Amino acid sequence: MTPQLEIAITAVIVSSACALLGVFLVLRKMAMMTDAIAHTILLGIVMAFFFTESLNSPFLIIGAAIIGLLTVYLTELLQRTKLMAEDSAIGIVFPFLFSIAIILISRYAANVHLDVDSVLLGELAFVPFDRFIVFGRDIGARAIYIMGTILLIDLLYVALFYKELKLVTFDALLASVLGFSPILIHYSLMGLVSITAVGAFEAVGSILVIAFMVGPPVSAYMLTDKLRNMLIFSILIGLINAIIGYQISVFFDVSIAGSIAAFTGITFLAIFIFAPKRGMVTMIYTRRVQRIDYGVNSLLFHLYNHEDTNMEEEESNINSINQHLHWDKRFLEKILKKVVSSRYVVLSKGYLKLTPEGREHTIKSFK
Amino acid sequence: MSIEALMGDYTLQIVTLGSAMLGAASGVLGSFAVLRKQGLLGDAVSHAALPGIAFVFLITGVKHTEMLLLGALISGLMGTFVIISIHRYTKIKFDSALALTLSSFFGLGLVLLTYIQRIPNANQAGLENFIFGQASTLLKRDVYTMIVLGSIILLIVGLLWKELKIFSFDPEFAQSIGFSDRKINIILSGITVVAIIIGLQSVGVILMSALLIAPGVAARQWTDKLSVMVILASVFGIISGVLGTAASSLAANMPTGPAIVVVISLIVFFSLFLAPNRGILWRYLKMRRNSREINEDRILVNLYQLALNHDDIYHAHQVAMLTPIEIVEFKAEKNMVKSLHSLAAKGYVRGDYFDTWAITDAGIEQAKRIVVENGGESL
Repeated sequence: MTPQLEIAITAVIVSSACALLGVFLVLRKMAMMTDAIAHTILLGIVMAFFFTESLNSPFLIIGAAIIGLLTVYLTELLQRTKLMAEDSAIGIVFPFLFSIAIILISRYAANVHLDVDSVLLGELAFVPFDRFIVFGRDIGARAIYIMGTILLIDLLYVALFYKELKLVTFDALLASVLGFSPILIHYSLMGLVSITAVGAFEAVGSILVIAFMVGPPVSAYMLTDKLRNMLIFSILIGLINAIIGYQISVFFDVSIAGSIAAFTGITFLAIFIFAPKRGMVTMIYTRRVQRIDYGVNSLLFHLYNHEDTNMEEEESNINSINQHLHWDKRFLEKILKKVVSSRYVVLSKGYLKLTPEGREHTIKSFK
Repeated sequence: MSIEALMGDYTLQIVTLGSAMLGAASGVLGSFAVLRKQGLLGDAVSHAALPGIAFVFLITGVKHTEMLLLGALISGLMGTFVIISIHRYTKIKFDSALALTLSSFFGLGLVLLTYIQRIPNANQAGLENFIFGQASTLLKRDVYTMIVLGSIILLIVGLLWKELKIFSFDPEFAQSIGFSDRKINIILSGITVVAIIIGLQSVGVILMSALLIAPGVAARQWTDKLSVMVILASVFGIISGVLGTAASSLAANMPTGPAIVVVISLIVFFSLFLAPNRGILWRYLKMRRNSREINEDRILVNLYQLALNHDDIYHAHQVAMLTPIEIVEFKAEKNMVKSLHSLAAKGYVRGDYFDTWAITDAGIEQAKRIVVENGGESL
C-alpha cells in the first residue's frame, strides 16, 4: 500500500465511524456534549500515558473512555443541582478537565511525542509512519487496524441495538415504560463515542473529531426524515468529505484534518442552501409563493364579501383598499399586478371588480 | 522569579493589568450569556475567530495585533451569523449548529495556519499562540488595546443596563413594551465577540468560552440581584486573570489560558458548595434540619397516640414501640434515641429506666398542636 492510500483509507474509516454515531448524537441533542468529550479524553490519555509510558497501550483507550463517561456524569451532576443551565454545565466541566490535561502535557510531557499540537490538531500525514507489525511482518499502518476495529464495534453496536437506539432517541419515556433502560443506552453510546474519539484523535485531533461527528449527520438531516436514510446519507457524506477534503489538502499542502473539517462546512453550506425540500432557496421561494397566494386570496375574498353590498364603493376603492386590508402600498401593487394578469379582477374607474373567473376562483379556493 | 521580583516587574504589571481587564469584561458579559443560556455560543465564536487571524496574516504578512484582532472580530461575527441563520432557517438544533460551525471554522483556520507555515516568512512564529494563549507575549500596545476595548464594552453595558436587564429576564415582556429584540441581540453578540477577541492573546480560542461562562455561574450562586451578580462576576474574572497570569509567569512551561481556567473553575466549585442559600452544603444542612424536625414531630405524635391508648398516660414505652412507620431516614435506632434526647431537652418527653420514654404534659400540648397544624383532628 502506498502511504497516500493508507492516509485516505484511515480518513475514510475515521469519518465513517464518526458519521455513524454522530447521527444519534445530533438527534439526541448531544453535539456539544460530544465536543466536550472530544476535549476531555485528552486527560484520560495523558493520565494513562503517565502510568504506562507508552502511546500505543490499550490503557490509553480505556483511560480515555473512563474520562469521557466521567465528563458526561459530571455534567449531568452539575445540571441536576439546578444551580446552572445545561449548557453552562458543559462549559464548566470541559474547560476544567481539558486545562488540567494541557497543563500536565506542557509541564511534564513536553519532550515526548505527546505534545500539545499533535494531540490537539492531529496529523493524518503521520499515519503511515506508525506500522502494525505482526510476527516480524509489516501488514500496514497501525491506525487502519485500530480505527477499523472501532468502526466494526460501532457498526455492530448500531446493528444490534438499532431498535433500542431508535426508541430511546425518539421517545425515552416510552422506552423506559417498555423496559429498555435509556440510561444504559445513553452511557453505552457515550462510552462508544469516547472510544471512537480516542481512536480518531491521533489522526485528526480532538477539535476536529467533532466536525466528523456532527457535520455529516447534520447535512443528512437536511435531506431526510427517516432514521435509516439519515444513517446512510450521513456515512456517504462523511466519505465524500474525507476523500475530497484529503485531495484539497494534498493540492495545497496543508493540514489534512483541517481541510476535511473545512470541507465538511462547505458540504453543509451547499446542502443548507440548495437542499430540495429544506434548503434556503426552496424555503425562500416557498415563502414568497405562499405570501403572494395569501395576498391574492385575501384580496379576492375581500372583494367577494363586499360585492353587491352598500359598502362596495368604499371597500373596493383602489386608493383606500390597502387600509382595509392593512397592507402597505407596495405589497398591494404586487398583488394587483398578479390578480389583474390572471384576469380575476378588473379595474374600472378607480374601483376593483371581480370577473366571473375571479368569482369562480374565490369560491373554489374557499371550498 | 520570586514574588518580590514579580511585584516590581514592569512587563508583568502590564500583562497582569491586561488580564484583569479581560477578566472584568468577560465576567460582565458572561453574566448575561449565562442568564440568557447562551454560554456555549462564546465557545463557537472564539473558535470561529481563528481563520480570521490567519487570513489577515496571510494577506498582510505582518503580525500587527490590531489588524489580526480585526480579522478575528470579522470572522467571529461571521460565525455568529452562520449559527443564527442555521438555527432560524432549518430544524437543526442550536447545539448541532454550534458544533458544526466551530469545528468547520477551526478547521479552516488550521488549513490557513499550515499554509502559512509553508511560506517563507520569519514573522509567522507565534501565531499558534492564539490557540492556547500566551500572556507573556503581550506587548504594552496590546494591553492598551485591551483596555480601550474593555472600557468601551463596560461603557455600552452601563448605558444599556436597563434594556439588557429586561431582556435577560423577560424578553417577551420587553418586546411587548416596544424594545427591539433584534437590536439588543446584535449589540450584545457584538460586544461579546469583542470581549472574546480581547482574550484571544492571553487565553486562546479554545478556552475563552470558560472565561465567559464560569464567572457568571459562580457569581449567580451568591446573589439574586443582577447588579451584584455582574460586579461579583467581574471580580471573579479579575482574580482568575491575575492569579492565572502570575502562575503562568512563576512556573516554567505553564500555559496562561489553562492556568486561568483552572483558577476560575476552582472559584466555581467553591461557590457551588459554599454559597449561602443556593450552595450544595447549605441545602444539605437545611434538608437535614428539616427531616430531623419532621421525625421529631412524628415521634412525639406517635408517643401521644400510644399514651392515649394506655391506661396510664405517663407510662414509659420502649424505643422500638415508638418508631413511626413513615420515618424519613434509616439508621433508625440511633437516630431515634438522638431525636428522643432532643425532645427531652425541650421538655416534651421524659426518659425512664431501661431506655423507655414517656410523654409529658407539655409534650401532650405540643402533639395536639402538631396534629391540628397538619390538618388532623385533635385526638
